[in-house]
Amino acid sequence: MTTTAPTTTPLLELRGVSKNFGSVQALTDVDFDVRAGEVMALVGDNGAGKSTLIKCIAGIHGYDHGEITFAGEPVHIHGPKDAAKLGIEVVYQDLALCDNLDVVQNMYLGRETRDRLFRLNESAMEQRTLETLQSLAVTTIRSVRQPVASLSGGQRQSVAVAKAVQWNSRLVILDEPTAALGVAQTRQVLDLVKRLADRGLAVVLISHNLHDVFEVATRITVLRLGRDIVVYERDKTTQQEVVQAITAGVPTKVAGIPETAPEGAS
Amino acid sequence: MTSGADVVAPGTGLPGGDEAAAHVGLWRRTSDNVKSGNLGVLPVLLGEVAIVAFFGLTATNFFTAPNFVNIIVQMAGVTMLAFGVVFVLLLGEIDLSIGYLSGIAALAVAQFQLPGSSHDYPGIIAIALAIIITAAIGLGQGAIVAKVGVPSFVVTLAGLLIWQGVILHVLEDRGVIIIEDNLVNDLANYFFSPTVGWIIAVAITGAYAVIGLGSVVGHRRAGVATGTPVLALAKVAGVAVAAFGSVAICNSAERPDGSAVGLPLAGLLMIIFLVGLTYLAKRTPFGRHVYAVGGNAEAARRAGINVNRIRILVFMISGIMAGVGGVILAARLNSVDLNVGGGTLLLDAIAAAVIGGTSLFGGRGEVRSALIGSLVIATIANGMNTAGYSNGTIYVVTGVILLLAVTLDTIARRLQMKSGR
Repeated sequence: MTTTAPTTTPLLELRGVSKNFGSVQALTDVDFDVRAGEVMALVGDNGAGKSTLIKCIAGIHGYDHGEITFAGEPVHIHGPKDAAKLGIEVVYQDLALCDNLDVVQNMYLGRETRDRLFRLNESAMEQRTLETLQSLAVTTIRSVRQPVASLSGGQRQSVAVAKAVQWNSRLVILDEPTAALGVAQTRQVLDLVKRLADRGLAVVLISHNLHDVFEVATRITVLRLGRDIVVYERDKTTQQEVVQAITAGVPTKVAGIPETAPEGAS
Repeated sequence: MTSGADVVAPGTGLPGGDEAAAHVGLWRRTSDNVKSGNLGVLPVLLGEVAIVAFFGLTATNFFTAPNFVNIIVQMAGVTMLAFGVVFVLLLGEIDLSIGYLSGIAALAVAQFQLPGSSHDYPGIIAIALAIIITAAIGLGQGAIVAKVGVPSFVVTLAGLLIWQGVILHVLEDRGVIIIEDNLVNDLANYFFSPTVGWIIAVAITGAYAVIGLGSVVGHRRAGVATGTPVLALAKVAGVAVAAFGSVAICNSAERPDGSAVGLPLAGLLMIIFLVGLTYLAKRTPFGRHVYAVGGNAEAARRAGINVNRIRILVFMISGIMAGVGGVILAARLNSVDLNVGGGTLLLDAIAAAVIGGTSLFGGRGEVRSALIGSLVIATIANGMNTAGYSNGTIYVVTGVILLLAVTLDTIARRLQMKSGR
């Protein structure tokens, strides 16, 4: 893709990433990039490789071939810790929250602050949780000391997102953040997504809901059968065109033949 | 969706001196807890009071100071095992080997103090070796559960058979080993003088007050609201009553020669482990991760927690506590025989943790539930013995109470699921 402005070099760039599970080729030569301050939507049919791709970025799966550059530096991501170190955070579809723990405990899970005596520093964690929620304008949570089990779907999603961004993260990946939500709560989460990009984070949004995608995304990458087939600018495309790319692929341009009838799948 | 009334912002959490808001918060939290199936220790404590009242009225020698001391010494061993069970249950796992694992510790401590043998070590070394052995066994069993993925039920069931077999094999010829080491025997048979008992009560109350109130002050200073001063003061008062009351009863108990019995060392050991393990569970990252793995292992893994390591360490804790309990049980009898680690020990320990409120489904429970549940079981057994019931009746009653506790836990869990989302 051509970059629209010279300053917007990609924060994360994947080149020729492939991944197979035994005989199943999940990803084939995928190129993907996302810039700081934009929402990159990742769309595609079931089994198109969206989840595999983000799991490669997040270090859950290793990838077989390909290169990843982050902020211009070539990097190797071998585990979730590597990804976290780079500032890549993923909010999974099933949220990965512990229902039995409260909001603060979930926000700091695995990265608890502690003092010299190895004690958990609850005050500091609670204070920073409040600050983070405040900064994201998440105002519906009554107490950060209530167990996550007692929160609504939108509140849980907000906690999961807040958890992802509070570590000075630079890239946040959201996997179907609105899939299980009602209208008002979807609104709440989409606003949150926009605020993340406004704060200068790179956001990758996976969604089946093109309405949501067109509302918040800057660009849209379409995956199909494990390949990245096209990247659209949100302002220069239509839902119609994206749906066609998801379901049927993109008309292939062959040299010498004028662009006319769309072809079948690649 | 943003309703102004529910805004959470730093500083607005609890403005200093707003006692009314604090009370509302306390009631709200309590009602939230009950609604979400978190009943706390209240039902169990009420049950314990009812049991004590019942036997106090029906059994002649039950409600006496010496019997109070008896119950403390009787419950000490099982309580130690139950402490370990709490950690295992928090993970949603089970450890069936702890009964005979405690037998292994008892056997080891007896062997390592054996006078006239080549391994006649001082008591402290014998105790340390015994606990190191059970810790290593727990570690091994945990590694099989975590790394290989064999269900803990099967691994520890195999452990139950294996360690029982080892005990039978070693004790086949001798039948019984007498423990002569004073230090070992003191674990269950040493009583503090009345003065030392009072000092211990003062120390426990003082330490609890300093730490408890200190954390309230710390939270207030940081501008976050956790707990209210009223609640904290009530807790300190409760601990003071329990500590001074227990010591007063122990000191008022008389031996046949008229001297005071005093606070048993075993009682203090239970408190020390209660405090230490509660600290581990509630105040350290390790403890937090145990709860996380029990609540949602996948979420814990994605948060970067080494789930296998947590599992292995928890089974090691279970082994260590079985070892500590085994040594105390051996010390109480001053000997080890073929029955060591058997009988209802294992089931009593698991029942204690569950009756005290630790969930069998993982993620919910407190270290103190082991102590409370163990107290209930010991009170029932002691009371029924005193009142002249047979062992059979005791089992039936204990079983019914266990069933009651698990039923409560299951209902609580369903309530919690309903209140979520």
